[in-house]
Amino acid sequence: MSNVDGQNENLFAYPDESGHFGQYGGKFVSETLMAALQELESEYYRLRKDKTFQEELQRDLSEYVGRASPLYFAQRLTTEAGGAKIYLKREDLNHTGAHKINNCIGQALLAKYMGKPRIIAETGAGQHGVASATVAARFGLECVVYMGSEDIKRQSLNVYRMKLLGAEVVPVHSGSKTLKDALNEAMRDWVTNVDNTHYIIGTVAGPHPYPMLVRDFQKVIGEETKSQFAEQHGGLPNAIVACVGGGSNAMGIFYPFLEDREVRLVGVEAAGYGLDSGKHAAPLNKGVVGVLHGNRTYLMGDTTGQIVETHSISAGLDYPGVGPEHSFLKDIKRAEYVAIDDKEALEAFRALNKLEGILPALESSHAVAYGLKLASSMSPDESIVINLSGRGDKDIPTVAKLDGISID
Amino acid sequence: MGMLSERLKSLVSNNKKALVAYIVAGDPEPGVTVPLMHRLVESGVDVIELGVPFSDPEAEGPVIQLAHERALVHRVSLDNCLEMAAEFRQSNKVTPIVLMGYLNPIETMGYENFAAKAAGAGVNGTIIVNLPPEEASDMTLILEAKDIEPVYLLAPTTTDERAKMICKASRGFVYYVSLKGTTGAGNLDIDDVSEKMARFKKVSELPIMVGFGVKDGPGAKAVAQVSDGAVVGSAIVKLMEEHKGNLAKLNDEVGQFVSELRAAID
Repeated sequence: MSNVDGQNENLFAYPDESGHFGQYGGKFVSETLMAALQELESEYYRLRKDKTFQEELQRDLSEYVGRASPLYFAQRLTTEAGGAKIYLKREDLNHTGAHKINNCIGQALLAKYMGKPRIIAETGAGQHGVASATVAARFGLECVVYMGSEDIKRQSLNVYRMKLLGAEVVPVHSGSKTLKDALNEAMRDWVTNVDNTHYIIGTVAGPHPYPMLVRDFQKVIGEETKSQFAEQHGGLPNAIVACVGGGSNAMGIFYPFLEDREVRLVGVEAAGYGLDSGKHAAPLNKGVVGVLHGNRTYLMGDTTGQIVETHSISAGLDYPGVGPEHSFLKDIKRAEYVAIDDKEALEAFRALNKLEGILPALESSHAVAYGLKLASSMSPDESIVINLSGRGDKDIPTVAKLDGISID
Repeated sequence: MGMLSERLKSLVSNNKKALVAYIVAGDPEPGVTVPLMHRLVESGVDVIELGVPFSDPEAEGPVIQLAHERALVHRVSLDNCLEMAAEFRQSNKVTPIVLMGYLNPIETMGYENFAAKAAGAGVNGTIIVNLPPEEASDMTLILEAKDIEPVYLLAPTTTDERAKMICKASRGFVYYVSLKGTTGAGNLDIDDVSEKMARFKKVSELPIMVGFGVKDGPGAKAVAQVSDGAVVGSAIVKLMEEHKGNLAKLNDEVGQFVSELRAAID
């Protein structure tokens, strides 16, 4: 177990060999999955150092995804906040409109190198499903996406988009019929079809090696941010702000800064109707330590150990667990985790549209909302970077409905 | 040595095959479970696996998932499952009870607390589906201090090296999950089971039970011929679902089915 203050540790040394981040992470899965995870782990450790693999990945990130994504100084947003300078890392400008594609390209390449012609994925809002279906088309892989039947109703646009991309979308009717149930169902498919199938988990959760490999494929966000900020502004930003559902965009932008201890890392969870309402998705703020989906982490559980249903206006944050590395960073106090409720996120959604001409995803709007608060408490010679993890086209129907406008 | 080990040892030494039955506690409603456990024993079951309902039963197929959901409608908790075990134990002192479930309810209760309560309720073993031996070192010590025997799983994809480690960690018996899929999936391939059993028998000093895919008398018989016994779960749970509207019939149908399995493997 790690020392609790984490001050003297090399934070790049995690996870350890058995896939743990301190007491978090690990491989809490049925024996039926163990061989598949071991294969994935050993293939990944090999390919991580394989020059051809890395070159192919870099080429796709630049020529297909459109990286590097810009780091943009938001002048009017900065003026509005009246404090620290606000920069936006524009992951919304990636192909398919979010950071999800970074991981999907990496994992589809893994599948290709492992000789698996079929990929499966789970999706909540549909963003990870769309990104998975996209890379499946790009690499000529068969693609099956599991999606809760409730989410299918809420996200018909993305469902149709996945079908256009040639994927099969399988509705999941069990449990709460949302993201966590889709994840359960995808795991069941993987157990059954592991010989020809790679499971692309969309976030830094799941059993080892997923939290590590998804982080590795997402850390390009932080690496670019670091060099772009040095070039445009000089030095390091004072703080980095990112939304946290499962936590992949946050882990991606945080990771390269872990050892720059002077940089504050702030994760923003979904407070839904409010942290005290019980209807939120903020396990790092109000959850308990437990085991779900293959890893030990903070999660939303009741007093008898059942997983409780979560709420957020943003489907992408509506998940009862969180990546184990975030749980670790919280405990050692290297990152801080705050929460923004539905209403605050919506205000930020509108503000970014009006002030900067940028339509953020509702997920990312949580980061924008907290970023505005944080910047206004800081001085004008300081700077923060907000990870704008995705664009909000998909959310227009949700927001329009709140305004009493129906657009189908 | 715990009650589970003793019972299986005596079966093996008498050249008898074990019949293990799985039901989900509180399915379709809490009052059904204890009488049904007695009925299972009367019908020839040697070991009862009592499923602990969980909101996210990752490794189960649709039949058992629905059973978990039915029980959770009645908010059946781990504490309730232990109460049922204790009630059963009042009049049955000989049939081992193995709790089968997922780690989070136990983690929430606390390992020490769970072990003490389970021992007090007369529970003899655990199968924690998402707790492989690598993650279980704390749990194993705590359970063993209370004479509760942890049973671990083998899968078709388990390597020889892992099989050795798993068989060494397991107590009472080792549970071979005969299909790559989830519970209740697909068809049983007896030749394949037979081949795997030959491989695992080399590294196991314990009896090996075969589960996942055993649906009827002939299947149970075929499995028992190449192993130390059969675990039947989904087939029983499915019968329970069919008769959930008529509890007397449910009891009779399950009893009848289990008697047929017993006759087939003896």
